[in-house]
Amino acid sequence: MNLQKKEKVVVAMSGGVDSSVALALLKEHGYDCIGVSMQLWDYAADDVNAQAESGAVTGGCCSLEDLHDARRVARGLDVPFYVLNMKDLFEEEVVEYFTAAYLQGKTPNPCVKCNEILKFHALRKKALGLGAAYLATGHYARIENINGRPRLFKGVDKTKDQSYFLFTMTEAQLNGTLFPLGGMRKSEVRARARELGLKTSEKKESQEICFVESGTYRDFIASREGGLKEKGGGKITDRNGKILGTHEGLFQYTIGQRKGLGLGGAEGPFYVSEIDTVNNRLVVGPSHELYSQGLRAGNIIWTGRDGAEAGAEIIKAPGITARIRYSPDEVACRVSVNNDESITVEFESPQKSVTPGQAVVLYRGDMVLGGGWIEEAIG
Amino acid sequence: MEKIYIDHNATTPLDHEVLDEMLPFLRDDWGNPSSVHWAARGPKAAMDTARERVAALLNCAPLEVVFTATGTEGDNHAIKGVALAKKNKGNHIITTVVEHPAVLNTCKYLEKEGFAVTYLKVDAMGRLDLDELRAAIRPETILISIMYANNETGVIFPIDEIGEIAREKGIVFHTDAVQAVGKIPIDVKTLKVDLLTLSGHKLYGPKGTGALFVRRGVRLVPLMHGGHQERNRRGGTENVAGLVGLGKACEMANESMEENVKHMSGLRDRLEKGIAAKIPDIKINGDVEHRLPNTANISFEYVEGESLLLGLDMMGVAASSGSACTSGSLEPSHVLLAMSLSHEMSHGSVRFSFGKDNTEAEIDYIIEVMPPIVERMRSMSPLYAGAK
Repeated sequence: MNLQKKEKVVVAMSGGVDSSVALALLKEHGYDCIGVSMQLWDYAADDVNAQAESGAVTGGCCSLEDLHDARRVARGLDVPFYVLNMKDLFEEEVVEYFTAAYLQGKTPNPCVKCNEILKFHALRKKALGLGAAYLATGHYARIENINGRPRLFKGVDKTKDQSYFLFTMTEAQLNGTLFPLGGMRKSEVRARARELGLKTSEKKESQEICFVESGTYRDFIASREGGLKEKGGGKITDRNGKILGTHEGLFQYTIGQRKGLGLGGAEGPFYVSEIDTVNNRLVVGPSHELYSQGLRAGNIIWTGRDGAEAGAEIIKAPGITARIRYSPDEVACRVSVNNDESITVEFESPQKSVTPGQAVVLYRGDMVLGGGWIEEAIG
Repeated sequence: MEKIYIDHNATTPLDHEVLDEMLPFLRDDWGNPSSVHWAARGPKAAMDTARERVAALLNCAPLEVVFTATGTEGDNHAIKGVALAKKNKGNHIITTVVEHPAVLNTCKYLEKEGFAVTYLKVDAMGRLDLDELRAAIRPETILISIMYANNETGVIFPIDEIGEIAREKGIVFHTDAVQAVGKIPIDVKTLKVDLLTLSGHKLYGPKGTGALFVRRGVRLVPLMHGGHQERNRRGGTENVAGLVGLGKACEMANESMEENVKHMSGLRDRLEKGIAAKIPDIKINGDVEHRLPNTANISFEYVEGESLLLGLDMMGVAASSGSACTSGSLEPSHVLLAMSLSHEMSHGSVRFSFGKDNTEAEIDYIIEVMPPIVERMRSMSPLYAGAK
């Protein structure tokens, strides 16, 4: 961590243990800290009357309770704290993207979008506007200088590493960001939290999609789009086109899904292997049909670098691995940049459930090279 | 760091003279004013004095003053009280889009209960069109509720003319005067208002106190059924110390009204001039000819009001923007949006509301610290770069 004193840092706080410890550490190191939480969503659970009607019990990661926790932690550390209203931007950039992706038969990753647009673009600009030199978050990832350029690396705690969510960061963003937890293990973070007497030290981790409060994402999309279940139905077939059953709207399925297909019989089990929105068809098959040799991904970002030339250069050297979802699993691969600036990734060994809509992130060792959005599985 | 408070429309500091009058009723004279014995006498007498002082500020009879706990309660009492009392005569209520949530949300609740509500619009300067009001009146209209002065822009509505219209049609007229009472002279003898809400903590009195003026003869269903307090208009043992404070605050406001108006409008003009001279692309919102002496609402183009407030707070200056929701984050101002300000302008507004104890030196400090804050924030805005 860069330890220049008295620089102003805006610390993005979720109310959880990680960002709380991040704030405490920065404060300890002499930074002039400002705690900030983003209000992204109106949770029914935050309104006792709406709660009684909807049955929602807890909000997601920015619920009122979490904001109270963040505020308490900031107050305890004698740090000014603000809640910023970013609901409109979140709705436009994350929730609409999320819904649209499912309706296109893709499985979105709203956390990557939220980091890219809400945290490291909009919130960062607000931080700079407040005169801050840095934005800090509690992500498990590291930023190191390599030959004078900032590069993004995995966090030291490989089971918690969140670099996957951060591949969209630009050079300017990397230069202006601090990840105080990048060099720590989660157990150390919890221990620090207890040491500091942080009220959030034992809080459990948030897991689900933060704005889907009750029920499933399917209910969420159906409630926003209205009547999809009724009009969205179509055929379920095997990959040769043999009809096996009917589905209730393609947005309700993800690649690799086994449960909830409603296909009995002796031939199973069946897994979703393709979501064919063109023909409104759900393709299923045995598990070995889920494996692919590679993928094509678009909207490529070369982390901390400018443009496709940088990408073409960086993929020449060997030793590239890919993550095709948020998971520590990586596969060795070869990458080529196509004429339309999309990339083709060829796996060394076939990978299960390559899922359009998810991000593919490329690494060399611990360094994040870049990433993009999976458009299709190949082979 | 300097600490400058320019947010008096949110709340005011408790005047120390007011506090001094309250303390005996917290410490020594703690009796229940409704009792028959010696312990009741002090509190009872003090309540009477308080009621007289409130009445004197409004120029009404003491018996027309009903004590409440908050401005919100007064608004609820007036609106629901009339709606319930008159529901057999009609179900239509007229109000405006720029009311405080205490009025807006009460009306929205009544809509769910079968009442019809017309929300009058305002123009770009925050003014009402009285012809629109006249046209909105129906045979079944039972209540007009229109604020005296807007909490965000300070724009003062023509309460006298609205009262004439209501009286002519035999419609009960309520005004939420929470932002006006104590800041400008109000005389309910000449105004044709039937109900008027005020709040103690907006005029250097304590929080948890307020009053509703109920013109003699106006029928209201109470919100609080209980004991005979407030002549059966509001059950519950009185907040004696608080109401003593409210009375004292009203008396002080009455005595120094002229002086305060002059002082605050001087500060407001100084700030507006100073900012206009130093910061380009600003706009002063609202009808500047008809507004409270203490309120300046200024839009800074290409800057978010929220960020600006944070920047000001870091320099020790407490101002406001929009209205805070439960989380403490800010919602865009429904008042400025109703005035059809562009998205950017209504998001980029800051309300400065002055108090009697603000000084010229404080205003000069704000004029000095604001330009660099605004400039820094504008430098982050692609829109600003595009426009320049």
